[in-house]
Amino acid sequence: MNWDKKDLLGIKELSKEEILLVLDTADSFKDISKREIKKVPTLRGKTVITLFYEPSTRTRTSFEIAAKRLSADTINISSGTSSSVKGETLKDTARNLESMRPDAIVIRHSMPGAPHMLAKILDSSVVNGGDGAHEHPTQALLDLFTIREKKGRIDGLKVVIIGDIAHSRVARSNFFILRHFNTEVVCSGPPTMIPPDIESLGVKAEYDMNKAVRDADVIMMLRIQKERGGISFIPSVKEYSTLYGLRKEHIEKAKKDVIIMHPGPMNRGIEIADEVADGPYSVILDQVENGVAVRMAILYLLIGREA
Amino acid sequence: MKNKVLLDKKALERTVTRMTHEILEKNHGCAALSLIGIRTRGIYLANRLQKKIEDIEGIKPPVGILDITMYRDDINKLKSPVIKKTDIPFDVNNGTIILIDDVMHTGRTTRAAIDAIMDLGRPKKIQLAVLVDRGNRELPIHPDYAGIHYTANPEEEVLVRLHEVDGKDEVVIVRS
Repeated sequence: MNWDKKDLLGIKELSKEEILLVLDTADSFKDISKREIKKVPTLRGKTVITLFYEPSTRTRTSFEIAAKRLSADTINISSGTSSSVKGETLKDTARNLESMRPDAIVIRHSMPGAPHMLAKILDSSVVNGGDGAHEHPTQALLDLFTIREKKGRIDGLKVVIIGDIAHSRVARSNFFILRHFNTEVVCSGPPTMIPPDIESLGVKAEYDMNKAVRDADVIMMLRIQKERGGISFIPSVKEYSTLYGLRKEHIEKAKKDVIIMHPGPMNRGIEIADEVADGPYSVILDQVENGVAVRMAILYLLIGREA
Repeated sequence: MKNKVLLDKKALERTVTRMTHEILEKNHGCAALSLIGIRTRGIYLANRLQKKIEDIEGIKPPVGILDITMYRDDINKLKSPVIKKTDIPFDVNNGTIILIDDVMHTGRTTRAAIDAIMDLGRPKKIQLAVLVDRGNRELPIHPDYAGIHYTANPEEEVLVRLHEVDGKDEVVIVRS
């Protein structure tokens, strides 16, 4: 098994072998976070910059902790405090940052393809931390890691993803990752939030949530992407919540050992009820924990080794 | 050129038996002893030492598995990106740890292993046991217990084969 990629731009570009290598590597790195001394020297002397043009709590912190646990130095830049407010273009910002010789740049941007553009002009490794409604590869990797960890397998599972599918980069990356496995992937949500050609990704659309969750092994809830106009695709938040909010009654229709996932941030009372988010089936905080391990694996694979 | 057998099955068994006695003699038994095998063949040597210690003393010291990849000084040059798990199911603080590897060469693996253990806690002592000491050290590190010493030329490779992974027990010198 080998890894020869400079960048992580999307799940679409990864082979099944590469996906499993990330998961296995993450499995070894996960133990470090449970130790008293949460640090190994693997990326000593490396520098990781996170460049976030969209808000983030989890992803940015997760990348920073991942880099630090591997002994890399980290610098965080968010759009509000960067020279982008003075009119500097993304390309110029990136080229200027590269002059300070970082090894990896993690970028989040509302423009789909922004990481791909940077990857072409930079020698540093570029990691996509979410680009518009396009991809969020580390989220899909940590989701798959969590599914495999909790279920002991990936093949043969029914995975249901519910919510604003059309505007969700998490959903897209998950569709791309799950098609490598023998899984039944069903999405549900208002018809206005489900792309008409969704079946081309191997995903079945079921607009009735009560039918969608039947015998599900995994239920993944998504929030309405207000920043991408999601709210204008539904008559009202209240109606959306009634029809597509996850409550206890839905869990009873799923498999007995169903797991409930959410990439965060959650809008409690809209797409997920408290009783579910905090209930025994929820693995939402495990996802966050696993995110650090998966990002450690990605940083190690991208910059820990000579090309 | 022909391969040279340094230890055959019987000789390897006797060597491990002798090492067991040396470990027990030096530590006055095995009361505070734990064994840590370095991946891959160190694990199986550790298991064998554990068995022999149990046969002699009636006490089974715990065995841990150490993967040193994250601590290697040449990690950026490795061909394979795979990092396997470290599994040490006991507290490393305060006791004596016998670190076990198949072949000792430059000393760099041992350096990495010591650093890895120190990140897990503060053992009272770490002692090093290797089946073959092939010389040519690059760091000032030496084994406390060596099965055999063989000063190998740079073009010689010392291969430890154990039946758990290789289907047979032997130590051979392969010349390129």
